[in-house]
Amino acid sequence: MVEYVFLEQLKRAFVIARKDLRIYYKRGPVLIFGLIMPFFLFLAFFIGRNMPMERLFTGLLSMTIFFSAMSIGPAIVPFEARSKTLERLVSTPVSVWALMIGDVIGSFIYGLLISMVPLMIGLVLGVNIIHWLTLGLGMILAAFCFASFGILLSAYPPTDIPSTVMMVSNLVKFPLVFISGVFIPIWEIHDWGRIIASVSPLTYFTDLVNYCTQGTSYYSVYVDFAALIGFTSLFLIVAIRLHERTLPERLA
Amino acid sequence: MAAVIEVKDLTKNYGEITAVNHIDFKVWKKEIFGFLGPNAAGKTTTIRILTGVIIPDSGIATIMDYNILTEPLKAKQIISVVPEMANAYIDLTAWQNVMLIGELYGVPNKERKEKAKHLLKEFNLYQRRNQLARGFSKGMKQKLIVCMALLTEPRVLFLDEPTSGLDVESARLIRDTIRRHNRNGTTIFLSTHNMEEANQLCDRIAIINHGKIAAIDSPENLRMKSSGLKSVEVSFSKHVSVNELSDIPDVTQAKKIGDKIRLYTEKSHSVINSLLDYARSKNLSIISLNTLAPTLEDVFVKLIREDRGD
Repeated sequence: MVEYVFLEQLKRAFVIARKDLRIYYKRGPVLIFGLIMPFFLFLAFFIGRNMPMERLFTGLLSMTIFFSAMSIGPAIVPFEARSKTLERLVSTPVSVWALMIGDVIGSFIYGLLISMVPLMIGLVLGVNIIHWLTLGLGMILAAFCFASFGILLSAYPPTDIPSTVMMVSNLVKFPLVFISGVFIPIWEIHDWGRIIASVSPLTYFTDLVNYCTQGTSYYSVYVDFAALIGFTSLFLIVAIRLHERTLPERLA
Repeated sequence: MAAVIEVKDLTKNYGEITAVNHIDFKVWKKEIFGFLGPNAAGKTTTIRILTGVIIPDSGIATIMDYNILTEPLKAKQIISVVPEMANAYIDLTAWQNVMLIGELYGVPNKERKEKAKHLLKEFNLYQRRNQLARGFSKGMKQKLIVCMALLTEPRVLFLDEPTSGLDVESARLIRDTIRRHNRNGTTIFLSTHNMEEANQLCDRIAIINHGKIAAIDSPENLRMKSSGLKSVEVSFSKHVSVNELSDIPDVTQAKKIGDKIRLYTEKSHSVINSLLDYARSKNLSIISLNTLAPTLEDVFVKLIREDRGD
C-alpha cells in the first residue's frame, strides 16, 4: 500500500514536471538567467584569453548546466502562488514532496537539454571527450543537484513575488560560479580558496568535466560523485522540509 | 444520516484577526449546503481549511471520516474545488488544463479524455479546447474551472462564489450542473453572496459572520423564524411620502422600493386596513397591494445586524 502510494505520487510528480516544462521554459527570468546570462558571462571571461579549448569547454558547460538547471526552479513556486494556481495544486491529492520533486524533475530536464548545446559546440570545435560515460553520469547528477538547489532557494522567503526569489537566487548563484573552479582551475587556487570551493556543488562538477576532457582533476572521480550525491540529497531534503513549513504561510 | 463533512471547534487566526472562530457544523450526504456571509466573514477561510489549502489553528475537519490534517491525500482524492478566483493555467490550453487535473487525480487516460470531451462540450468550450486559457473571458475561465473540478467526479464538491460576475446564461448553466451532480449523489458545499441562488439550490444554509456561525437551517425555516420581517408592499396612483406611511400603527419600518413602498410589520392585516383607510381619506387609488414573507436576504441582513448589535 505504501509502495503504491509512493509510486502513484511519483507518477503525479512527473505530471507536475511536464506542466512546468510547458509553462516556464519561455518565461523571461528563465531565459535571462538560464541562457543569456551564462552565455555573456562566458564571453566576458574567456574571449580573448589564450586558453586551451578544453578549458573553455569546461567553463561553458559548467556554467550552462548550473544556470539552466537552476533557472526554472526558483521561479515556479512564487509564480504559482501569485497566479493562485499553487492553491489549486495544493488542493489536489498530491503531496508537497511530490510537488517539489515534480518541480525538480522539470528543472532537471530543462537543464540537461540546454546543456546539450555547449556539449555540441564543444564537439564541433574539436574538444576531445576522454571519458564519455563519466561525463554523461556527471551531467545527469549535476543537473539534478542544481535543480534541487533551485527549488531550495525558492523556499525562503515565502513570497509570491518572483523577482524577490530570483534576486536571492542570483545572490547565491554568482558567487558560487566564481569560487567553483569555473574560471580558474581549482588546483591553481590558493589553499583558502580551495576550502571555500569545497562547499560549492559546482566545484565537483567542474572537476569532473576537467577529468573527462583533460584527464586531470583535483579530487578523485569518486569524491566528485559522492559530493554531488551528498549535495543533491541535502538540497532535496531541506527543500521539501522548508516548503512543507512555508507553504501554509505562502498561501495564507 | 451520514455526515460527509464534519467540522468541530474549527479556529483560524491571522495575526490578531480571528477569521474562523470555533465553528461547528455537519454537512449530510447528498446535501447542497449553502455557506452565506458578508465579505471577510470567514467563508473562504473555511473552504480553504476544508480543502487542505491552509491549516487551522485548532479544531478538526473531516471529509467522509478522513481528517484533512492527518489524512490529506485520502480526503483530497474525493473532493474537488471551484475556488473563488479562477485559477486555470493561462499558459496551457483548455484541454491541457483539464487533462492536468485528471492526471493529478489519477483518472485513467481513456476515461479522462472521454469525460473531458463531454464536459467541454457541455460548457461550450470544446471548439476552443486548443486555445490558451489566457485568451478566455472571465466566464469562460470559470466554466473551465468547473469542468476541471467535475472531471474527477468528486463525492464532495466545494464551490466558492461560482457564479460571481457571470452572465445570466453561464450562471444558470453552472446552477443546473450543480443540481444535476447533486441528484447523481455529489454532496455540494456552496459559498455564495447570491441569496436567490442559495434559496433556489440549498437544502440547508449556514450564515457566518465575524468567523462565527449565526444560524444553520433550511431556507424556509430561516424565513419562518424571522416573522418580524413580514411586509406589505403597496403602490398608489399618486406620490405618497414614506414618512406618512411609517406613522401607521404596527409598522416597524417603511422603505421606498422603486415606485412601491414596503412596510415591515408583524400584523399585516391591521396594516392593510390602515392603508385602505389612508387611501380613502386622501382620495387615492391603490394600484397594487401585496403581503410578503421575509426573503432570505431579509433574514440574512437581520442576523448580521443582530450579530453587530445594531
